[in-house]
Amino acid sequence: MGDTIVRLPGDDTPATPGVLVSKTRTVDAELRARLRGDTAFRTGVLVLSLAATVPLILILVFIVVRGASSINWQFLTELPKPIGETGGGISNAIVGTILLIIVASVVSIPLGIFAGVFLSESAKTGLGRVTRLSVETLMGIPSIVIGIVAYVWVVRPLGHFSALSGGVALAMIMLPVITLSTEETLLMIPLSLREAALALGVSYPRTVLKVILPAGLSGIITGTLLAVARAAGETAPLLFTSFGSPYMEMNILKPMASLPQTIFYYATSPYPEWQSLAWGASFVLLVLVLALNLVTKLVTSRWKTQF
Amino acid sequence: MRNPRSSSVAFRTAIYLAGIAVSVLLIAIFLSLLLSSRPALVANGFRFLTGADWDPVTNTFHSLAFVVGTLLTSLIALVIATVLALALAVLMGEYFKTGVFASVMRTAVELLAGIPSIVYGFIGLFFLVPVVREVQIILGVPPFGVGILTSAILLAFMVLPYSASIGREMVSLVPMDLKEAALSLGATPSETIWRVTLPYARSGILGGVFLSLGRALGETMAVTMVIGNSNSLTLNLLAPGNTMASLIANEFSEATGTVYLASLIEIALLLFVISTVINILGKLVINRMVEAV
Amino acid sequence: MRFHRVLATAVMVSALAGAAFAQSFEFTGAGATFPAPLYTKLFDQYSKEFGTKVNYQAIGSGGGQSQLKNRTVDFGATDVIMTEKDLAGAPAAIVHVPMVAGAVVLTSNLPGNPELKFTGDVVADIFLGKIKKWSDPRITGANPGVKLPDMNITVVHRSDGSGTTGVFSDYLSKVSDEWKEKVGSGTSLQWPAGVGAKGNPGVAGLVKQLPGSLGYVELIYALQNNMPYAQVKNRSGNWIKATLASTSAAANVPVPEDVTKMSLTDSSVADAYSIATFTWIILYKDQSYENHKDKAKAEALLKMLWWMTHDGQKYAEPLSYATLPANVVSKAESILKSVTFDGKPLLKEGGM
Repeated sequence: MGDTIVRLPGDDTPATPGVLVSKTRTVDAELRARLRGDTAFRTGVLVLSLAATVPLILILVFIVVRGASSINWQFLTELPKPIGETGGGISNAIVGTILLIIVASVVSIPLGIFAGVFLSESAKTGLGRVTRLSVETLMGIPSIVIGIVAYVWVVRPLGHFSALSGGVALAMIMLPVITLSTEETLLMIPLSLREAALALGVSYPRTVLKVILPAGLSGIITGTLLAVARAAGETAPLLFTSFGSPYMEMNILKPMASLPQTIFYYATSPYPEWQSLAWGASFVLLVLVLALNLVTKLVTSRWKTQF
Repeated sequence: MRNPRSSSVAFRTAIYLAGIAVSVLLIAIFLSLLLSSRPALVANGFRFLTGADWDPVTNTFHSLAFVVGTLLTSLIALVIATVLALALAVLMGEYFKTGVFASVMRTAVELLAGIPSIVYGFIGLFFLVPVVREVQIILGVPPFGVGILTSAILLAFMVLPYSASIGREMVSLVPMDLKEAALSLGATPSETIWRVTLPYARSGILGGVFLSLGRALGETMAVTMVIGNSNSLTLNLLAPGNTMASLIANEFSEATGTVYLASLIEIALLLFVISTVINILGKLVINRMVEAV
Repeated sequence: MRFHRVLATAVMVSALAGAAFAQSFEFTGAGATFPAPLYTKLFDQYSKEFGTKVNYQAIGSGGGQSQLKNRTVDFGATDVIMTEKDLAGAPAAIVHVPMVAGAVVLTSNLPGNPELKFTGDVVADIFLGKIKKWSDPRITGANPGVKLPDMNITVVHRSDGSGTTGVFSDYLSKVSDEWKEKVGSGTSLQWPAGVGAKGNPGVAGLVKQLPGSLGYVELIYALQNNMPYAQVKNRSGNWIKATLASTSAAANVPVPEDVTKMSLTDSSVADAYSIATFTWIILYKDQSYENHKDKAKAEALLKMLWWMTHDGQKYAEPLSYATLPANVVSKAESILKSVTFDGKPLLKEGGM
């Protein structure tokens, strides 16, 4: 230090060496105070960040502890039993969730990818902007409202609850996620790739299907898996569409059980046997959803095309 | 050989139609809600928006209590989530950009987004509610445990991943030379973050906030388990309340009577309108700030 | 396009697969949570003996009524009779078939889990929010010897449309004019106080968690959760605890011509419990309607309901439901016999 003058931001005292900068502190001390503040800030950020992850740890620990003990082969392959009988499982809920996702995917994946292609190509046009707004608005619609719409569109005309109506509701939830992530992925692909293909005489459909989409495959798959993970965990839209069922059901025109709805139904019951079904089901659902998320990461890191 | 032109045109049309289909879907949803709620629109009138009574026995249906409940829980959740998200963004954008700790934190936050709503609800019921109840006992207020504040806290964690990921991106987009300039002028790292990085990323962070708000407004299952389901208008954060989404989840499958059912759909319509308006507002704000920069 | 064909085939295959497994009938029902534990047992037992499968979802009495009106289920279940207005709003005539009787009890969460005593007016005033503390003299007066803390009473009620609520509010309307005027009775109410939880299980769960709370649930839920429930002073002046005997006593009254006019609450029978109710299955009087034209299926439904009111009654008491008295059973028989298909009665004379 010695004769060196240190000017602090906002400090306009005369630059006289060694002078007190304020009544109680020297230049050194002021700097040390700021450095202390820096450490405090860093600690604060760390603490808050860790606090943010507390619920995750709680959830994982809680569900694993309560749910893992219910998991056995019988649990995964049997149907739920009425009160007073031991055993029983959630096989119908697992199958139900898978079937519902399949129905939802059949509708939303092709439509979503094509809509994403549309958005990536016409982002600047009027129609493109309107479409983008629609997609984002659709994403923001509460899932329970979607459930009501599916009730009005499918359940009432058909005259009964069905997995089909549940699938329709889930499709409406998945659609915007797939569309937006497809658009984002495709926008990152350089224009030169498409222009090269077109210049070589490849037709437009082939360019999209054989050149562009494959190039963006990892991003598209990521979007799809995230959409599936979201749909698999939704309860509200299924309450008055797929309704639930204590039986194994493969017919999509009938009501069907699903993991989230089973969890809700049995966990809020007063019977310990049903409650442990719910925890086991939560475990299965959590494993499913987290597995999808982790697979997404693997796909992104392995398959991502570098440009 | 097939005429390449015609297949190209057909394909282009298909893409075009897919794009339009989304907008059509949205309009169809809106119209459906509007039509199904018509008996209620007629019966309730304007009082629907200004009154606070929800009484199925006398067929009086007003929305104010639930609009207030929704806005209170969402806004508080947003404040909490933004603070936490900023902390995370700063942590991963500045202090721990690479390394095991960084990737663990990042994965942890992303996994939070994948956890189903009901699981959150149960965690809230088993962990958060007793904690809030203890605090209420200490404070000497009725120890409900469930209530508006409880559901706001739960909601904050559900909404966190969205704001955190956007926040992190925004922070990482701040140009290095700006930060380096501040550091070379003698600012500490924390001062740089506080006075340079965050203000620069302000617009993006705000965008993330609005996106999260949209998600918070519609959250149903977790909220309905910890909010206490009291249909009266209240501004007391420690008291039970109700949100629009939770009300619908509670009463929809049991609503008998045309006006009752239609009123619930009218609430759904109102929720739809409010979340759309907020989404659009959010975009306008972001565009304005982006242009300003 | 190939894709569409695959899709159509898949739907057909799944529908056929579903149909192939159904050599028996399948019904969908929805409604009250109150009898849900019993119905699950009954349907399971019936399917073991006769093969018929029933998918019953306990979404609340109001849900049962509205889904039946919307014709999305084959039958509904409700603890309260549908109102004149609701019946008028239905597409066709609906009949109520009594199944079992049950009791609604008041369960509480206090240190030591004491068994409490309440009079009707005290209960009404608690739920009106007028009596706010457990140490209130009107409560301590009726409970000498019980150490009641100076805690706030947290009222727990149903957040969803509920027959249990309907019965409870029917009782409160009878014992408190103020309640009748201010709140009334019905499946969904504007509660003056307290927090709401979904379903009987939700209320039981919340009361269990909230110290100082008071809620109303069906007897079985209090028993299953090992929760204390209160004695209620009935109209004859006796302190009665809800048991099978006291519930049956409330049901043991002359049956009016229209059995749906029977209200068991606030019974004046000496040893009757005051908050008791029948629970009903509702279905369309004429079983031939839109999307519902299978005569054999309708007949199977009636046969099942007949079984439930006769042989099935033996499963009621082990689960803490009171069986139907004989005169009510014969009423149920005549109601079932009155159900038609395209105008012709489905059940042969003499029943089964």
